[in-house]
Amino acid sequence: MARETPAGDLRLADLTKRFGVFTAVDDLSLTIEQGSFFALLGASGCGKTTTLRMIAGLEEPTSGQVLLGDRDIARLRPYKRPVNTVFQSYALFPHLSIFENVAFGLRRRGIRSVDDEVTRMLSLVQLDGYGNRRPAQLSGGQQQRVALARALINRPQVLLLDEPLGALDLKLRRQMQIELKRIQTEVGITFVHVTHDQEEAMTMADTVAVMNAGRIEQLGAPADIYEFPATAFVANFLGQSNLLAGEATGASGGDVAVTAHGTRFSVPAGRSRADHGPVHLGVRPEKLILVGSADQVPAGHQHVTGVVTDASYVGVSTQYLLRTGWGTELSVFAANSGTSARVALGSEAVAYWDPQHAFLLPRDAADTDRTSPVLDEPVGASS
Amino acid sequence: MTLLAPTGSGHPPPAPPAARSGRRRLLPYLLLLPGAAWLLVFFGVPLVQLAAASLYDPSGSLSTGYAMTWAVGNYPDVVQAYWPQFLRSFGYAGLALVLALLLGYPLAYAIAQKAGRWKNLLLVCVVAPMFTSFLVRTLAWKTILSDNGALVGLLRDVHLLAPDGRLLATPFAVVLGLTYNFLPFLVLPLYASLERLDPRLLEAATDLYASPVQAFRRVTLPLSMPGLVAGTLLFFIPASGDYINAELLGTPNEYMIGNVIDSAFLVRLDYPQGAALSFLLMAAILAVVFGYLRRAGTEEVL
Ligand SMILES: Nc1ncnc2c1ncn2[C@@H]1O[C@H](COP(=O)(O)OP(=O)(O)O)[C@@H](O)[C@H]1O
Ligand SMILES: [Mg+2]
Repeated sequence: MARETPAGDLRLADLTKRFGVFTAVDDLSLTIEQGSFFALLGASGCGKTTTLRMIAGLEEPTSGQVLLGDRDIARLRPYKRPVNTVFQSYALFPHLSIFENVAFGLRRRGIRSVDDEVTRMLSLVQLDGYGNRRPAQLSGGQQQRVALARALINRPQVLLLDEPLGALDLKLRRQMQIELKRIQTEVGITFVHVTHDQEEAMTMADTVAVMNAGRIEQLGAPADIYEFPATAFVANFLGQSNLLAGEATGASGGDVAVTAHGTRFSVPAGRSRADHGPVHLGVRPEKLILVGSADQVPAGHQHVTGVVTDASYVGVSTQYLLRTGWGTELSVFAANSGTSARVALGSEAVAYWDPQHAFLLPRDAADTDRTSPVLDEPVGASS
Repeated sequence: MTLLAPTGSGHPPPAPPAARSGRRRLLPYLLLLPGAAWLLVFFGVPLVQLAAASLYDPSGSLSTGYAMTWAVGNYPDVVQAYWPQFLRSFGYAGLALVLALLLGYPLAYAIAQKAGRWKNLLLVCVVAPMFTSFLVRTLAWKTILSDNGALVGLLRDVHLLAPDGRLLATPFAVVLGLTYNFLPFLVLPLYASLERLDPRLLEAATDLYASPVQAFRRVTLPLSMPGLVAGTLLFFIPASGDYINAELLGTPNEYMIGNVIDSAFLVRLDYPQGAALSFLLMAAILAVVFGYLRRAGTEEVL
């Protein structure tokens, strides 16, 4: 990524926030490149809002630093920080017109002629002509855009967005995702976007950080995280995974050998995060291919056998559950491309995969197989 | 089909809904009736009588009787005689209002936004003085401020007060009494407004470069306007008509217009004068209130 002034990066260094004995944000360290679209993804209650509030200055860190370039802003008053927030609740000023809401930041900084800028900003968020209304006279989606305009007009170095699309219905949310992304590209400001929606994070962000219980579990480009998750949590929070409990018995010739449920598998060393001891062997459901018998498995592929216990036709794909000999049900997504026959419920079947698509993660000795149930959104949306 | 018969035979819309909507239209008036009757008997009639009394021949008396002579001259007469008390009333009430705002706004804000689980207890504390009578409370202040009380002694000892200085029987005591007695009328409506203030709006203001002072001026204050306007009116109106505080904590030099009206009706038995003064006070207060509402923006209150 091209970087004009590396000095504008936002860095969190050992950032910790405790509420009494409860640690909401736990020794968080990460760097957000200037001008990038960064998503902080995690289930409800994992500390996303608290992190944003510390960056904005609305919450004082228990320890650690918030660095903007080389400057530690962690103890600066919020109104002294070149950072603006789009609040989850929008927090528009009900007594001011849309125009005055948007002009608020400029006026507080003593800028007199705000008309042109406000008009320009309102048209950027496609609200031309709404300047005289009050927030209560706008729909949720329009209010959300006012909140965005009100923050963006200040041209902050960093724009924080706290689940700004959470209150919108699905269609509007998708539309706003595209719009937000367009605006970010247009203005080139660093966006830190908090969400619990993995699809939202993946479609919008250059970099995603998956957060769990106050810590970053993994950070990287969406595709990298998806293809090679770092932990079992990430593997099942970002999409779904079939994780088989096994024992790695060491690397040889570029592959790591694994024994799981009495069968020997191998995973390329480059896709292994552990090469001996307890591990999870992971394969994404869409990387599994279902066939009738073991002799249909191509050379160089690995497989497990089982019985099809569930088949859900969802249009673009059919989602199967394959109960293995040891009782775990694996998810298999078969793309509905018309090239393969559907497998009948109750029949015996074989699921095979290319070892290049598998991955190996270290596992707690007590942990068993982990799969996510078919059709269940693996998102912390409900909590 | 039988249901259609009335319509078919040329009748206008079915009767029952019309009757019900008619009754529904009457309902608000029925609800108004008891209050309106009360006001008519105990406010409307006396008001007319008072208006009449203010125009009686001023040379009459209770024993000889009054003659209705449309003596409009009563009005300029009382203004000439008592304009200092008029000015003093509004001066003291205004001063007390300023003091009450300085005390009451932070108090209401703290209770509404910062008190947490102590909120209800603190509210009770604000209202608690009202559990005793106005008179008793004012008499208590008389004791507190008395020349041989502890407070005066202390102030004299630290030389905040001259050795022969006093608190009681001064304008200070009267203004203090007014401030104290009417404070809850200011605090409660203010509290109600500030309680509804979403603290997230203040965070948003701070995030948008507003210093604490600016956030107060641009967000807290405008959003508490309805309570502020209601509270200042509820404070100012009774305070400017009050006579107990001046009577108990002051001397005739501190008398307000209420004291003059009191004495006109109950001591001097000069009904025309008392009535004219009452009407003038009412008119003056109305003028102040409307002037204020025009400035503060009626939209928030009415
Ligand atoms: N002011 C606070 N006092 C106590 N606990 C808090 C406070 N704010 C947040 N928490 C706790 O910290 C955790 C993280 O909260 P938050 O950052 O809001 O989560 P998220 O935004 O990821 O849903 C939650 O368990 C929440 O209950
Ligand atoms: Mg949150």
